[in-house]
Amino acid sequence: MTARSIVDRAGTLIGLVVVAVIFGIAVGSQFYAPGNLELMARQAAIVCVAAIGMTVVIAAGGIDLSVGSMIALTTVAIALALKAGFGPAPAAAIGIGVSALCGLINGVLITQLKVVPFIVTLGTMLIVRGAAKGLADERRIEAPFTWLNDLLRTQHGAALLPAGIWGVLGAAVAIAALLRYTRFGRHVFAIGSNERMARLCGVAITRTKIAVYTLSGLLTGAAGLLQFSKLSVGDPTVGVGAELDVIAAVIIGGGSLTGGRGSVAGTIMGAAIMTIIQIGCSQKGLANWVQQIVTGAIIVAAVALDRVRSAKGR
Amino acid sequence: MHGIRKAFGATQALDGVDLSVAQGEICGLVGQNGAGKSTLMAVLSGALQADAGTMTIGGAAYAPRTPIEARRAGVAMIYQELSLAPDLTVMENLLLGAEPTRRGLLDWRAMRATASAALAQLGHDAIRPEAIVGDLSVAQQQIVEIARALAIGCRVLVLDEPTSSLGRGDADRLFALLRRLKAQGHAIVYISHFIEEVTAITDRYVVLRDGRNVGGGETAAATPAAIVALMVGAQPSDLFARGTRQRGEALLDVDGVEPGAATFSLHRGEVFGIAGLVGSGRTRFLRALFGLEPVRRGRIRIGTYSGRGGTPRDRWRAGMGLLSEDRKSEGLALGLSVADNLTLTRLEPLGPGALVMPGRQRHAASHWIAQIAIKCAGPDQAAGELSGGNQQKVALARLLHHDVDVLVLDEPTRGIDVSSKAQIYRLIERLASGGDRPARAVLIVSSYLPELLGLCDRIAVMQRGRLQPPREAAGLTEHELMLDATGTGRA
Repeated sequence: MTARSIVDRAGTLIGLVVVAVIFGIAVGSQFYAPGNLELMARQAAIVCVAAIGMTVVIAAGGIDLSVGSMIALTTVAIALALKAGFGPAPAAAIGIGVSALCGLINGVLITQLKVVPFIVTLGTMLIVRGAAKGLADERRIEAPFTWLNDLLRTQHGAALLPAGIWGVLGAAVAIAALLRYTRFGRHVFAIGSNERMARLCGVAITRTKIAVYTLSGLLTGAAGLLQFSKLSVGDPTVGVGAELDVIAAVIIGGGSLTGGRGSVAGTIMGAAIMTIIQIGCSQKGLANWVQQIVTGAIIVAAVALDRVRSAKGR
Repeated sequence: MHGIRKAFGATQALDGVDLSVAQGEICGLVGQNGAGKSTLMAVLSGALQADAGTMTIGGAAYAPRTPIEARRAGVAMIYQELSLAPDLTVMENLLLGAEPTRRGLLDWRAMRATASAALAQLGHDAIRPEAIVGDLSVAQQQIVEIARALAIGCRVLVLDEPTSSLGRGDADRLFALLRRLKAQGHAIVYISHFIEEVTAITDRYVVLRDGRNVGGGETAAATPAAIVALMVGAQPSDLFARGTRQRGEALLDVDGVEPGAATFSLHRGEVFGIAGLVGSGRTRFLRALFGLEPVRRGRIRIGTYSGRGGTPRDRWRAGMGLLSEDRKSEGLALGLSVADNLTLTRLEPLGPGALVMPGRQRHAASHWIAQIAIKCAGPDQAAGELSGGNQQKVALARLLHHDVDVLVLDEPTRGIDVSSKAQIYRLIERLASGGDRPARAVLIVSSYLPELLGLCDRIAVMQRGRLQPPREAAGLTEHELMLDATGTGRA
């Protein structure tokens, strides 16, 4: 690991510490009570798991604007499946599968039509949102209560954390390892860093990109499952604008929209920073608009800081 | 321009060059690729600043810091790649930045009139001011560009390889236009590889070689062969120590491959060179050979592969590796580590199954870093932080890590320092003579003729998109190659 990559990683960590200390002082020690920390983890979980997928997309030099819509479609699909009499596990699998299929379609469109990901996923963002609304007949879909609704519920006893949080952590470790320790991961960074070189070096660009978007769809499906768990209904209007939170988490975490950079650890810290600001502001009694301004400022500051750092490195 | 000097790092690109051009005169600027023509013109047009030397225009001191200042002072460059806005109309392009207005609004009528007048003055009133520039032919776009330079009052025009993308008829019309501009009292610098063009259109010529003036004079008193002799100069030193090469079996057969009209075989233990001017189609041929561009006709046989399709991936599998001429945008991923860049084509041995163990990757990279003396902080350093020569070695090491039999090297020593150059020459020699493993075959494209003559066993010249039959390098001279490449014919 070079000095620079340590600085890169530490940058987000320092940001996280600064934000945590500021709100710790402002709100008081109860900000760090176990219950409050768990509240924040629950709050961050949905954005976090989708952002882990987005990290891979952004590292490969892409972008996926359709994740908010995919989350909504997943909640609708799960609710419909439960209503149709499927068990909780099959229903969850259907929901996640639908989202993975959306990701696959994104990947195929991007690679076959050779249209930039921004435009393709802008289109599928609307298409998937429309599909969710159509499936749900523009209504919320009530579903029978199952253990799916307990995924983010506080566990007493040995489990320590809600099952959904464990799931997010598991996904984080798996994707971090995938990026760092596999051929696929090296190919993702090669494509994101310089696609022409990747082509010259015989990297299977089409296949890798399709896999990247499918993987992102899969993880977004997991985010949708957690969203359903929280809502306990299928809601076709949920997650509007969620893609921006997800992208912001990756960028704050050191991902670069020009591709070739991004880490799961950074992304999780990015999501944590945003959550601390959110929860901290609301517990301090600050209005929603304050949160938004602070979060926006953090995004700009994070990227500007990164510019300065990488300019020095060159 | 007097005594212009400019260095890039350790390379002295211009070493005290003089150039002058009078009103109503066309001056030809010639030299081999890398002789310093482009750098000199970049200094003239304000894109670069000279380290030393003076420039004057009409007696007044002239030191542009930007191309805009140069244009204001009356110097305009017409580049090979045109710099027009393709979606705007001819008149908008002509008057870009100097649009006539009336009460704060654009005066379209005045604009049309000015544009028409400018085009008519050039004898090209067939180009409509309302036409979208992108719809015009390349030749017409060139006219628009020249008209724009004149419209903003430029007195000195620099044309860089203006005929490289023109057909015969368009080129003749361009020459007619240049003579007309000359008669109107403009000063024109004409840069071209094609010696017959220089002798046809210019009044005087100046030859550059290795960043110095090596000759010049009245064009009327010079023969093409004499100009080529000046461009080529004396033979360089003993950079190229030959080992013993054993020409073995054919590893690559190229049979009537289009683009390039190429037919040849490349043997184990052989270094095969392709000479030719920039834009002659050398790189295009290499890219098609490597599966980066479609092969329209012909057949390629390498290893077990035979056919005309195939992707770069198939080529690597068949034991062929390409070093791109464009290190920064295609050769390397500058943001990634040396190790990532070096091992990308062959990650399989670096871990069980689909895994890549960072320790083994680092180890594999360190091996080559030591073997070919890549100066870097270690395998984890970002490739972009290395010097040009060391970046090039990383790109070359990729081919060695992959252990290919056939190395295809496009401009392997472009833009790198002399000591890295020498190291790369020695490496190529070692690869071709074998030793540790069976000898490899090397295919080199280079603009630098001494390099080809020093390294190669056989050389073929690419001339206007057609690869001429290969010839044994032993008896060849730079002079002959340059005559072939420029299509000047035997002198």
